[in-house]
Amino acid sequence: MTETQTENKERSIRILVAKPGLDGHDRGAKVVARALADAGYEVVYTGLHQTPEMVAATALQEDVDAIGLSIMSGAHLTLFPAVMEALKAQSAEDIVVFGGGIIPDDDLPKLQTIGVDKIFKPGASTTEIVEWVEGSLRPKVEARRG
Amino acid sequence: MHTDRVDRVRQGDLRAGSRLMRDLDDRIPKAIEELKSLYAHTGRGYIVGVTGNPGSGKSTVVDALIALYREQGLRVGVVAVDPTSPFSGGAILGDRIRMQRHALDPGVFIRSLATRGHLGGLSRSTFDVVSVLDALGFDRILVETVGVGQDEIDVMRAAHTSIVITVPGLGDDIQALKAGILEIADVLVVNKADREGVDRAVRDLTHMLQLRGHDERAQIEIVRTIAARGLGEGSGVRALAAAIDAHRERWDGGEEGRRRARDRAAAHVGDIVRDRLAERAARRMREQGGLDAVADKVAAREQDPYTAAEDILRDL
Repeated sequence: MTETQTENKERSIRILVAKPGLDGHDRGAKVVARALADAGYEVVYTGLHQTPEMVAATALQEDVDAIGLSIMSGAHLTLFPAVMEALKAQSAEDIVVFGGGIIPDDDLPKLQTIGVDKIFKPGASTTEIVEWVEGSLRPKVEARRG
Repeated sequence: MHTDRVDRVRQGDLRAGSRLMRDLDDRIPKAIEELKSLYAHTGRGYIVGVTGNPGSGKSTVVDALIALYREQGLRVGVVAVDPTSPFSGGAILGDRIRMQRHALDPGVFIRSLATRGHLGGLSRSTFDVVSVLDALGFDRILVETVGVGQDEIDVMRAAHTSIVITVPGLGDDIQALKAGILEIADVLVVNKADREGVDRAVRDLTHMLQLRGHDERAQIEIVRTIAARGLGEGSGVRALAAAIDAHRERWDGGEEGRRRARDRAAAHVGDIVRDRLAERAARRMREQGGLDAVADKVAAREQDPYTAAEDILRDL
């Protein structure tokens, strides 16, 4: 066998930050992308107006561990299920989906039911997001990838 | 090591290939074993390196080349390299923003890579990812690298044809290209050619090429492009593709082609050797209590830095 990786025992973590749908407000997505990169993760950023199918295809090509969706348009009850479906169609349900944006509390149970892992509310600090990555996402990644 | 994943990659299974790329990037031993058995099945893809000044439109040029190669029915793999922050170890990989119109095309596979502390502009995993794209059956593999100086020599080592992109209006900054980058160019591109100063940029480049004298390099073409127009009227991207093909035909199958293949192989092996040695040295330093313990002694002038380094490297 070859030498094992010794420098860093931890697996890298790769996250796709995407903006599906039609709204053009990408400041939040960019702030989150920057915060995740500053916390030491590799962040793939795709820009505005991604279709759910584009999000899924990109996630597969980039082999990301998680997808963060920023949705400000109010279409979260359409877009989250569509992304989950697109991932399922590619047998990629193992990719963790989280999100943020303008999402009323009443809608959270619905999103949870379809498998969205975590929703960050407006005003959530970037520290909170990084804590979720370390506390919740990283154990999943390490269990899955070995 | 022959595994199920090796078979799937050879059959063109993109998900399997994508996973293998990640494991190689993370230096997972099993993935390296798998690459060993895949390697004999690589060498068919044609690798084009793309580099240039920051903001010169490298991703846009790559996007237009993807469109052109797709039009020709070729399958295209892309490796887009962005820098890892030396402070956080993280990276924002945004090159594919300009290429997302190809996201749903099954004949296009775009992979972003972070440099992860590799010294050259190329990620230390770039060679590996290119090999996997090659084994997956992609006909053209475009490697886009961080647009900074000297380190871009790495592009040439990995590519069959290297294109270097600049833009008008850099003034004397175009001289920055001279320090190393010009030497690796097989095709020079002046992008954003609808801007003022394009003639001067072409003239400056021509002059710099002339200064280099009449070696094989005299055949370097300078192509003007407006890549934002895609394949539209006046974009120049078809001329660029023709220049890449002309460069390929000049050496394909000949002595120059064999020399480049040897250079590429030597660079790949050299990279792995350096990587492994650095890894062993890092492990040795940890065993000896880390660099801090040594640093204290050297800072206090109790030991000189060469003796300290030689102690660490002894019998490595």
